Amino acid sequence: MIYALIIIGVLVLGGVAIYNNLVHARNRVDEAWSDIEVQLKRRYDLIPNLVSTVKGYAKHEDSVFTKVTDARAAAMSAPTPSAKLAAENQLSQTIRSLFAVAENYPDLKANQNFLSLQSDLTDTEDKIQAARRFYNGNVRDYNTKLQTFPTNMFAQMLGFTAKTFFDIDEKGPEGQPVNVQF
Amino acid sequence: MIYSEISSNKQKTALLITCFLVLIIALGWVFSMQLEAPGLLPVAVIVSVLMSLTSYYYSDKIVLSMSHAKEIKKTDDPDLYRTVENLSIAAGLPTPKVYLIDDTAPNAFATGRDPKHAVVAITTGLRQKLTKPELEGVMAHELSHIGNYDIRLTTIIVVLVGIVALLSDWMLRISFRGRRRGKEGAIIMLIGLIFALLSPLAATVIQLAISRKREFLADASGALLTRYPQGLSAALQKIAADHEPLEVANKATAHMYIVNPLKEHIEQKDKIGWFANLFQTHPPIDERIKRLEGMNL
Repeated sequence: MIYALIIIGVLVLGGVAIYNNLVHARNRVDEAWSDIEVQLKRRYDLIPNLVSTVKGYAKHEDSVFTKVTDARAAAMSAPTPSAKLAAENQLSQTIRSLFAVAENYPDLKANQNFLSLQSDLTDTEDKIQAARRFYNGNVRDYNTKLQTFPTNMFAQMLGFTAKTFFDIDEKGPEGQPVNVQF
Repeated sequence: MIYSEISSNKQKTALLITCFLVLIIALGWVFSMQLEAPGLLPVAVIVSVLMSLTSYYYSDKIVLSMSHAKEIKKTDDPDLYRTVENLSIAAGLPTPKVYLIDDTAPNAFATGRDPKHAVVAITTGLRQKLTKPELEGVMAHELSHIGNYDIRLTTIIVVLVGIVALLSDWMLRISFRGRRRGKEGAIIMLIGLIFALLSPLAATVIQLAISRKREFLADASGALLTRYPQGLSAALQKIAADHEPLEVANKATAHMYIVNPLKEHIEQKDKIGWFANLFQTHPPIDERIKRLEGMNL
């Protein structure tokens, strides 16, 4: 009888420890996600300035501007991390095409405002990369905890589900081989 | 692994402060018994508590002013500042303050009592010598010291062990040069002897707390942060190639730097012998470079 009580007690304590451990790990993932959002928001704030600066020089590139503005709006309103991921990749691509357009306007490339926006944007992209790495590290730790024994037996029951990594789009321009034509 | 390193550092810090409290209070007790002045004991208690509190809250400022380091803003050096910011984000730490030491000798250190009150300092010499990947390697190494709470222990050591070393030096001088007769002279002689024994002990404490493991661990986790161990190893090579000693560093602060700033110990090792070896706070640079280059990421 006493032994049975001891065994039950140990099992309960073990369960509590596992549960608390998972909550800690999940909170770390959520915190890391909010770090990414801080940087993403900074990028959203920079884009309208960039668009209006480029517009001043390149008036006839309307399609590019609409694409950037639309992609920004889509990224800002994406409800879930995975939808956000897709929208952010789309936004990164349109920003790249905006800079490609800017290449054709030497006056624009010499504009001080444009240069400082460009360096701010590059810095923000670096920071998104850094925040992404921290987030992915935490997701990896959390998912490993979920999938290893004995946690994997209770995790589903307790309502813990695996999180997705924030990956850059492999099919995007940087993932594809460069086509050089002569 | 890192989490156990953090708690071990916190425990060591608490132990160090306790030892210091016991030592100073014991001294006060010896004085008050021998000189028949019971008022000295509470004074010793108050002084030791005040010293411990000061060392906990202000040792980073003491260390920074000892090193003549000055805080810089983002506009002063955007590249350096952004490097620190980005690495802090990747490490999940708040961005530390950035300080610059105006000295041509290449070196860097981190200080503070926790990641929220942390500082990284770099000499102008190192700042100018390094390329971007090398700078990232060095800063990632320093940020690892911050994340592991190495900074709390190493900074408090500077002040507490510094006080003990100073007292022992002082007592030894009084006891051997004073040549006073009678009871008073005997007490001072005795205390002088106690401190004479404590002085090498203080050096051992520094060495124990620093240990090769700490530097290797910071090298490894720094390399994990940048995913580019070659950056740090190239920076270490550049620092090793420079033989200029850092003027603002001394034996009390030497253990904080990324590479031992008291360069003379390398060339004069044989002359000084075992005593210098007590202060060997850093593993040989060659070995650190070898380990970094052998890392598989």
